Amino acid sequence: MSLLSVEQLRVAIRGDDGVQRELVSAISFAIASGQTMGLVGESGCGKSLTAMAILDLLPKPQALRSGGKILFKGDDLAQLSPKALRQIRGHKIAVIFQDPMSALNPVQQIGRQIIEVLKLHFPQQSRAVQRARALELLTEVGIPAPAERLNAYPHQLSGGMRQRVMIAMALACEPELLIADEPTTALDVTIQAQIVRLLKKLQEKNGMAMLFITHDLALVSQLSDHIAVMYAGKIVEYGPAATLFSTPRHPYTQSLLAALPGAGHPPKSPLLSLEGQVPSIENMPAGCRFANRCRFAENICKRSDPVAEVSDDQLESSEQASVACHLWRSISS
Amino acid sequence: MTSNTISARSSASDLATNMAGDKPVLTVEDLQLHFSQGGGVFQRRRAKLRAVDGVSFNLYQGETLGLVGESGCGKSSLAKALLNLHKPTAGSVIYADTDIAGLSDREMRQYRRALQMIFQDPFESLNSRHTVEVILEEPLVIHKIGNRESRRQRVADLLAMVGLPPSAASKYPHEFSGGQRQRIGIARAIALEPEILICDEAVSALDVSVQAQILNLLLAIQQKLKLSIIFISHDLAVVRHMSDRIAVMYLGQIVEIADAESIYSSPRHPYTQGLLASIPRLGEASPIDAQISGDLPSPIAPPPGCRFHTRCPHRQERCEREAPVLQASDAGQHLTACHFWPEIIAKQSA
Repeated sequence: MSLLSVEQLRVAIRGDDGVQRELVSAISFAIASGQTMGLVGESGCGKSLTAMAILDLLPKPQALRSGGKILFKGDDLAQLSPKALRQIRGHKIAVIFQDPMSALNPVQQIGRQIIEVLKLHFPQQSRAVQRARALELLTEVGIPAPAERLNAYPHQLSGGMRQRVMIAMALACEPELLIADEPTTALDVTIQAQIVRLLKKLQEKNGMAMLFITHDLALVSQLSDHIAVMYAGKIVEYGPAATLFSTPRHPYTQSLLAALPGAGHPPKSPLLSLEGQVPSIENMPAGCRFANRCRFAENICKRSDPVAEVSDDQLESSEQASVACHLWRSISS
Repeated sequence: MTSNTISARSSASDLATNMAGDKPVLTVEDLQLHFSQGGGVFQRRRAKLRAVDGVSFNLYQGETLGLVGESGCGKSSLAKALLNLHKPTAGSVIYADTDIAGLSDREMRQYRRALQMIFQDPFESLNSRHTVEVILEEPLVIHKIGNRESRRQRVADLLAMVGLPPSAASKYPHEFSGGQRQRIGIARAIALEPEILICDEAVSALDVSVQAQILNLLLAIQQKLKLSIIFISHDLAVVRHMSDRIAVMYLGQIVEIADAESIYSSPRHPYTQGLLASIPRLGEASPIDAQISGDLPSPIAPPPGCRFHTRCPHRQERCEREAPVLQASDAGQHLTACHFWPEIIAKQSA
């Protein structure tokens, strides 16, 4: 059974005019224990909203979950009381964001911030036990001189160190699922490589599952077991990380790869540039949302919205690959 | 007006000639840019932040020189020092036989025409209360080029060149997407037909598909105008795509400079090796052995000796004492600032 199973999730935003518009449209995916699922897409595609919807962290009342189920170990998180949800959030499911500075309290020492998490979820533990655990966590995430850092304030740490503190806080309760939303985007590649190695190591040790959200195709391909590609609020392609980018089926996935410098493009050669814009939420087309930018688009694409089809039935059922495109068979051949 | 004609050249820049033996359009020698830090009422001593600390290189006609390094390594400070946006503390920047380093704003004005820059966030660098037409016309007005009518025509040509519709002229910057704004930034930078364009993280804020459009545009414009470009980015894949030669910076200094192919296929400096090993590659695991640990040390108190020794997996005792010089070991144009790179390479290929 999957640890987390998202079924037909919809997120809508209510504009000033009172009209609800859908930003995330009926997306479904599942993550098994110990596995990493990568959610990749360009800005505005709805990947972060998906993460926030899972944890009920959407900015209310403007944004709301307007449909679907979020099953965590069989329980629908959408049906839980706020109190019951708080028990899961931070304890069973933890989250780290792109900018650790805005997620950390600037006027509190990091040791106290970690202990606060422990207090909330393990109120019976003594202060000394919690302090020892905080020290252990900082050591685990590779912070040099952890005993001194317990008394440091966030501004005294570098960006990479702050992100390590965030990871330490997220791991404090040994979550079964870690949601990481662009955790390395603000960091240098050398520090990114350190954080990615750390996450992989911790995952091996604790067996936690991960939902890794990023715009970086290469990074997601290195980290994930499965990858979902999002475009304009929908998952357009899903499959095992090993094959998704080597045999992309959806024209959007194909164009993303063709636009990426380095990936098999001779230097100074023109990259494929995807013309046009993502459709605005005010006038989402009835048909395929990528049709206006797709070089293969035909009449059917403008008329009807493609549903996800199994694109590779050679794989085991848990590995299944799918694509939401009317024409993928003819494009692939 | 003061202008220092240069007769002698340092050995480092002589070595850094390119294959074709072209004349450089820009020669940078031992450039330094230091900032004073702190020094408030209660602090007796002001600390010195060495953002750029002895950088020398040549930029040749029509080439793109990529500049890479982690944030805080001094790439953007170097760009600003080249254009006198921050006055260099020492060293020279020679353009058209004149040392332009440290010229006053008024003296610099005649050179601004030839040296232009585009920034990461075009929204912050475009005046939000002016229409695109006014923004693009402004450099022409300042440099007293043409009359009103010919300037309007030039604006229309510029918009066409960067792929924006003529209707864009009457709009304001906030009406455009990030990619379109960067097109406006490019149009403004090329309005005066510069010889040298400095791109500071010009595509870093853009999505992959938009980034590809802007990179294509830059390549096309470079061809058309025969521009020499200094291309600064933290994205090593983008830099490789755009550059003929690449300089790798670490804590205010260039640690390796060579043609793009050599840098990527046979990096010599352990820092370059570690930086390249850190780039995630599609569907490939990254090599473990060349990875860099730790953070960038503070440029206020850079480590003695080789500045990279605190993070270097190959450091030896000499590295802590003696700063390596950027030099070629053979007759080639591949310069490396490392005492032990031949040994390191030999060990790695064994």
